Amino acid sequence: MNEHVKKCPIIANHIKVALVGQPNVGKSMLINSVSNAHLHVGNFSGVTVDKTEVLFDYKHYHFTVVDLPGTYAFTDYTIEERVTKEYLCAQDYDIIINVVDSTNLEKNLQLTAELFTMSKKMLIALNMSDEAQKEGIEVNAEYMSELLNVSCVKVSAAQKTGIEELINTVVKIYEEPKVDPKLIFSEAVEEEIQHIVSYLQKHKYEATNSYRNIAINLLKENKKTYETLHDDPIWIELQPILIEASQHVELHHDTDDIKEALAEEYASFNRGVVAEVVKVKKPIKEEKTLTERIDSLLIHPLYGIPIFLFLMWGLFQLTFVLGAVPMDWINLFFGWLGNAVGATIGNDDIRSLVVDGLIAGVGAVILFVPNIIILFVGIALLETTGYMSRVAFLLDGFFHKFGLHGQSFIPLVTGFGCSIPAYMSARILKNDRDRLLTLFIISFMSCGARLPVYVLFAGAFFNESIAGNVLFAIYITGAMLGLIAAKVLKMTAFKGADEPFVMEMPKYRLPSLKLVWHTVLSKTLMYLKKAGTFIAGATVLIWFLSNYPHNLELETSYAHKIEQAQSKQEKNKLTNELASKGLQQSYLGRIGKFSEPVFEPLGLDWRMAVALEAGLAAKEVVVSTLGVLYALGDNVSETTYSLKDAISKNISFASAVAFIVIIMVYLPCFAASVVFTREAGGIKYFFYLLAFTTITAYVLAYLAYHITLLLGY
Amino acid sequence: MKKLIDCEKGEKVKVAKLHANHDLKQRLISFGIMKDANIQVLEHAPRKKTIEVKVGKMRIALRAEEAELIEVKAL
Repeated sequence: MNEHVKKCPIIANHIKVALVGQPNVGKSMLINSVSNAHLHVGNFSGVTVDKTEVLFDYKHYHFTVVDLPGTYAFTDYTIEERVTKEYLCAQDYDIIINVVDSTNLEKNLQLTAELFTMSKKMLIALNMSDEAQKEGIEVNAEYMSELLNVSCVKVSAAQKTGIEELINTVVKIYEEPKVDPKLIFSEAVEEEIQHIVSYLQKHKYEATNSYRNIAINLLKENKKTYETLHDDPIWIELQPILIEASQHVELHHDTDDIKEALAEEYASFNRGVVAEVVKVKKPIKEEKTLTERIDSLLIHPLYGIPIFLFLMWGLFQLTFVLGAVPMDWINLFFGWLGNAVGATIGNDDIRSLVVDGLIAGVGAVILFVPNIIILFVGIALLETTGYMSRVAFLLDGFFHKFGLHGQSFIPLVTGFGCSIPAYMSARILKNDRDRLLTLFIISFMSCGARLPVYVLFAGAFFNESIAGNVLFAIYITGAMLGLIAAKVLKMTAFKGADEPFVMEMPKYRLPSLKLVWHTVLSKTLMYLKKAGTFIAGATVLIWFLSNYPHNLELETSYAHKIEQAQSKQEKNKLTNELASKGLQQSYLGRIGKFSEPVFEPLGLDWRMAVALEAGLAAKEVVVSTLGVLYALGDNVSETTYSLKDAISKNISFASAVAFIVIIMVYLPCFAASVVFTREAGGIKYFFYLLAFTTITAYVLAYLAYHITLLLGY
Repeated sequence: MKKLIDCEKGEKVKVAKLHANHDLKQRLISFGIMKDANIQVLEHAPRKKTIEVKVGKMRIALRAEEAELIEVKAL
């Protein structure tokens, strides 16, 4: 709020508009058309769903338009619904613009009827009027305004028509006193409303809202109205009247649910309105619509799933093949930057901090940006075209067996690439429990950064000809463990009745490039801003832990030896030895030594422990840490030395299996953990994830180690 | 008593009663699935785990478990 005061010093000329509508009515597109000038588009985020705020000037008014997430009704089912409901009930705003889809008016008016009880100034934007015209649907906006006593304006966000009239109407409504919208119920309900109203009249109850509005809200069991009246002496007499009224209404509708009864009332009122104001010129053809024709192919019981798998394969090829190109550039750039900056810093410690800590850390964050952009463009396309709902429809049967949701597929498969975009894409799951459960098992899908570890170990212990199969087996085992983990979590932590699966299958639409661009841009910026600061900080921390404290004695003695070394090989060997000894006595090394007893039952020594602990920062570090630690090479001659050999000679097969199992299951990298925490909505979920993955990894590694030993390897 | 899940592909029926609990009822109602609403079954997912129906102009996907709770009658 403070920001507004700064930007708009003249409060009197400030109109704050809340944009409300059901999903897929073109709200976001409308807000773009309304504020074409794009004076300022800012994001302020709720838990994970963003309300977009647009500021612009028109005539002598400052406008603030808040685009609220699409919602079907005033319930608490999805985050969108909650954000919208809370905003409308608790925040300060002047006017509601209710955006409705002209081609689907009856359905959309259901939300409108609920908005009527908000007792706010409002108007209805009959959006997609161009599409309605094409379909031969004619809406009489003037007649509708008259019937509802609420201004209705025909607009088309796509064609940018009616926008000016819409804003003018907003100004007009703002300047005029508030009028009550007309909402007529059935006789039985009207009678009960009248009872309550006359009671309020009799007692001259003081209120800003009309008595009729209060009566309807009481019948609707509106909490706020109840709270206000509950503290009033008239409540004692009012309560029995109210109970009786509810009972009559429920009886009339043959239900024990007052909300169901009222919903039926709204529906029949809306049917009446639509019958009056909508004329369908063309007779409804029995011919299949375009959407139906596309659907008959895309959700075909046989072809549906193969088509989907093909599209996903394409998206991942794009993400990781196309993404690899700019990733190389970014890598090169930061390498160059590190060298260039490093050359200008004299002090060794500061140089190491800036180059190895800060620049390397920030580079690691920016490295993922191409992946994230491509993946989000893909996901935004799938979502805006309406295909995502079809995917959920197709896959729900399979995923539901494991307690997951059809749409869980997207984040899970993304997890094979990188957990960070996977966590972010879990937002497509609208329900909290479904989303949380999916978030918890994403890390079971082995991400790209773990691949080098698998390659190294598969190469060290298996013949080259079958190493590929081993690799594949590791990935599949990970995915299966994930599904089993989901089932276990579902039966324990996420126990309870299954969340219902009721979902709209929207019309297929061509995606709006502007909208896709907007979504991707804001998501990418958010990633850079929030995760970036954390990741950079963590990298600096790991850098510090692995570099300090310095052992000057060690360093000078080696510096001396290296200087005197004859061959390049010897120099390399000595440098490696120094790095290894340095790491051993660094804080990180000490932690490794300290934690060795914990890893002993799994057959892991302190070096493997350190590699795993370093892997908490980033999985890419595991191999390089192993490289440094095993470079000791006591029993390996320099010439034949390679990390693969060192590992196959120093590590038993059973220990290696345990090590791989831990890599497969334990906590994803720090960056991913930060994103996880944000997406899950709280630090406590991070601790749950930490406990869950650590315990699972430990138990499985223990079993794997001992079973492998028992089998005689 | 006929349930929505029992309907054939393409069949058009009318909703007679919702047997769901309060929350699911609200969810169904917000999608327009309520007493007296006309409803048409459009598509079955493999093994009828999920069905697609049309209410008014809206197409809605439902799990078999939910479709089980919707009582329907012939038009």
